[in-house]
Amino acid sequence: MSILRLRCLSHSLLYQSERTLHERFFATVPTSSHLNREALNYDVLIVGGGPAGLSAAIKIKQLCEEKEKDISVCVVEKGGEIGSHILSGNVLETKALDELFADWRSCPDVPIKVPASKDRFYYLASSSSSFRLPAIGPLHNKGNYIVSLSEVCRWLGKRAESLGVEVLSGYSGKEVLYNWNGAVVGVTTGDHGVAKDGSRKETFSLGVELRARATLFAEGCRGSLSESLIKRYNLRESAEHQTYALGLKEVWEVPTSQHKEGTVIHTVGYPTDHGTYGGGFVYHMADNKVALGLVIGLDYKNPTLNTFKEFQRWKLHPVIRQNIEGGTCLQYGARTLNEGGLQSIPKLSFPGGALIGCSAGFLNVPKIKGTHMAMKSGILVGEAVFRALTGEAAAAAAEAETIKRRREVSLVPAPAGSDAVVPSEAWKKGPADLSELEGAVQRSWITEELHSVRNIRPAFSMLGLIPGLLHAFIETYVFRGKAPWTFSHRAPDHERTQPLSECTPISYSDFKPDAKLTLDLPRALYLSGTNHDHDQPSHLTLRDPGVPERVNHAQFGGPESKYCPAGVYEYREEANGRQHLVINAQNCLHCKACDIKDSTQNIKWTTPQGGGGPNYKVM
Amino acid sequence: MKILVAVKRVIDYAVPVRVKADKSGVEALLPKMSMNPFCEIALEEAVRLKEKKFVSEILAITLGPAGVQDVLRHALGLGADRALHVVSEQELQPLAVARLLAAVAKRESVGLALLGKQAIDDDSNQTGQMLAALLDWPQATFASKVEIDTSVPSKMRAVVTREVDGGLQTLSMELPAVITADLRLNTPRFVSLPNAIKAKKRQIEQLSPDSLGVEIVPQLRTVEVNAPPLRNAGTRVSNVAELVERLHNEARVL
Repeated sequence: MSILRLRCLSHSLLYQSERTLHERFFATVPTSSHLNREALNYDVLIVGGGPAGLSAAIKIKQLCEEKEKDISVCVVEKGGEIGSHILSGNVLETKALDELFADWRSCPDVPIKVPASKDRFYYLASSSSSFRLPAIGPLHNKGNYIVSLSEVCRWLGKRAESLGVEVLSGYSGKEVLYNWNGAVVGVTTGDHGVAKDGSRKETFSLGVELRARATLFAEGCRGSLSESLIKRYNLRESAEHQTYALGLKEVWEVPTSQHKEGTVIHTVGYPTDHGTYGGGFVYHMADNKVALGLVIGLDYKNPTLNTFKEFQRWKLHPVIRQNIEGGTCLQYGARTLNEGGLQSIPKLSFPGGALIGCSAGFLNVPKIKGTHMAMKSGILVGEAVFRALTGEAAAAAAEAETIKRRREVSLVPAPAGSDAVVPSEAWKKGPADLSELEGAVQRSWITEELHSVRNIRPAFSMLGLIPGLLHAFIETYVFRGKAPWTFSHRAPDHERTQPLSECTPISYSDFKPDAKLTLDLPRALYLSGTNHDHDQPSHLTLRDPGVPERVNHAQFGGPESKYCPAGVYEYREEANGRQHLVINAQNCLHCKACDIKDSTQNIKWTTPQGGGGPNYKVM
Repeated sequence: MKILVAVKRVIDYAVPVRVKADKSGVEALLPKMSMNPFCEIALEEAVRLKEKKFVSEILAITLGPAGVQDVLRHALGLGADRALHVVSEQELQPLAVARLLAAVAKRESVGLALLGKQAIDDDSNQTGQMLAALLDWPQATFASKVEIDTSVPSKMRAVVTREVDGGLQTLSMELPAVITADLRLNTPRFVSLPNAIKAKKRQIEQLSPDSLGVEIVPQLRTVEVNAPPLRNAGTRVSNVAELVERLHNEARVL
């Protein structure tokens, strides 16, 4: 072997051992390990202040009160305040809320006041005609309440704070922190005051490390940190990929004569074609407010589909417009939701933490409800965390082991107690072990409910709208969710887009915003309250900057400029004839549609500077 | 030297607003409240003066009902030493605010009062000036640069550059004085997470207008609030002669 090769070999060995040393002594991922970040320690850290995250925090504190223990809980939320990034229909099934607060009905300030009193279901055959269908099965809402989920979350946030939960809003979780053993030990919050070119501004403030023994990720659908965890721990090993839909929503204030409090309307058909899964909703809320929106499955094929314009068009249908005629639009927003159901639920726990809520994906698609599931998952993980951190889980595991051994041992009984397995002391420090969460979720009504509806959504994708509706009827009333087969999701959403050459472009030339019922995008964005400090690096990153021109535009005609509900992506032709993708990150509504639908998965959504994003108040 | 910084809780600058149906005022479509941007700039300047060792203690003060306390948490997070809340359920107009601030300034023996030039909800631009008159202190409004001159230790002076219509004016005045901050004075720092957490646990001192000996009597009554008239679309003119003719006859500006 020549001297040169020896040198190279020793060089690479040195590099290897250096990396091991690095990973051994620095407890953070390389980008933050060399920076002197301040660390704040908690017992439990919850990333995301939505229904799942807040339910988990509240449950832990309730158990602490009940059993006289003390566990510090911190909820970190990237929105300016709790609720500002929450968007949902929402007709709330209060099953989980009843478990969390049995007395919620007697709270004077609880924003859950309007019971659903009338269900209507329409098939919109064209832009002007419709057929009424029976609102049965999952579309029957007796016992549920029409709410604004942002308001409910704000109320939950106050309850959490009064129980002693530390709620930190306006701070984004940027990176997951791992220890030398590969367990999750917390998150790093984003740096503040970085200029567009990456330099530090006058107002620069380094992010901090939030360290905890148990870190729960409740970021909602397609959470950025949750997705990185799913990859790292291969949590989807025995599950299918997740499938998604994009929901666009507005809340209007309407004249009293139009307002029919308690009315719940669902529609299918127009404006989406029969090959595209989609449907609309109109809910009459409290105080003369009407929430309405359109949900479009992101497995749609036509790359020219413009989600915003489809939503605006849908509002002009006679069945819809009569609800908002003469009113004023108060707020606009958009968010993606999970449609994968049971088949797509990943493994939930990993060393030091777990995924809950829509980050895992518990939404019941036929009911279009995920809040009660998210809250229940929060309650279950709260119980698991409490048991892990107080040693109850270790004690229970030791007891189970003792019983198991006794069954295996001979008939001669040993003196009482002498054969008991002593629980290890490992639960007292280090990352918490939440593996009992999987079993808890399996045994709960989350899995029972999702199991009964698991085939309905995949069937729409396979059969189209009308056969899909028929199948849903059969599945609900004939098989009652117990069919012996489970449909698979086949190709993921981003692979379903067909090239421009194979499609007929959808024409939007007849659509012009009339400022009375339909809005133009700038006005809609203004009403979402969305804002980001413009002088920061774009939080929408491209893995390969050449792909938009070569693939997205050349093959698909730039679908991101059409499906993004905030007009973030624009293609501009430059002087040399080439197409340049302009990313107006400042408009972003944090819906995550681009992260999901980009055909080569080139666009990666990351958290922007904390506090930015939409400002939902009644969504 | 103690500094008094008055901060006001207003509707966040980025939130869309509309005129109320009864024309009595304005309501936010998404009522997100935060500290008035000019007050934040004033507070940042106070913190910088403290870092330069001119100031020993920063008193942040706000006035209003119970709900306004979160703006004091923000002030504590930014670097204020003490937070005072003058509790009042009544509407507080600039003169009442100036009287209350004057009472506090005298009681606390404050050496400098830093305010924002105006609040973004009423745009009054009066409180700082009225405060100076009530205390009989010199004032420098629309400050874009503040320096403290300690060449004569017993008589500290402030040298303030003001933004006026004609350009920049520099004034020198003896302390105590009132300075109101304009946009270009500085860029406020971000409240880091550890500071925000510490601020949540700090005490806020509560005061009542009675204990300060001030009676709140509203002097102004809002009669009507209207949205500005919609702008007409512009029209193109074909030549200069037509432009002059239309400016003379239609717009009546020539």
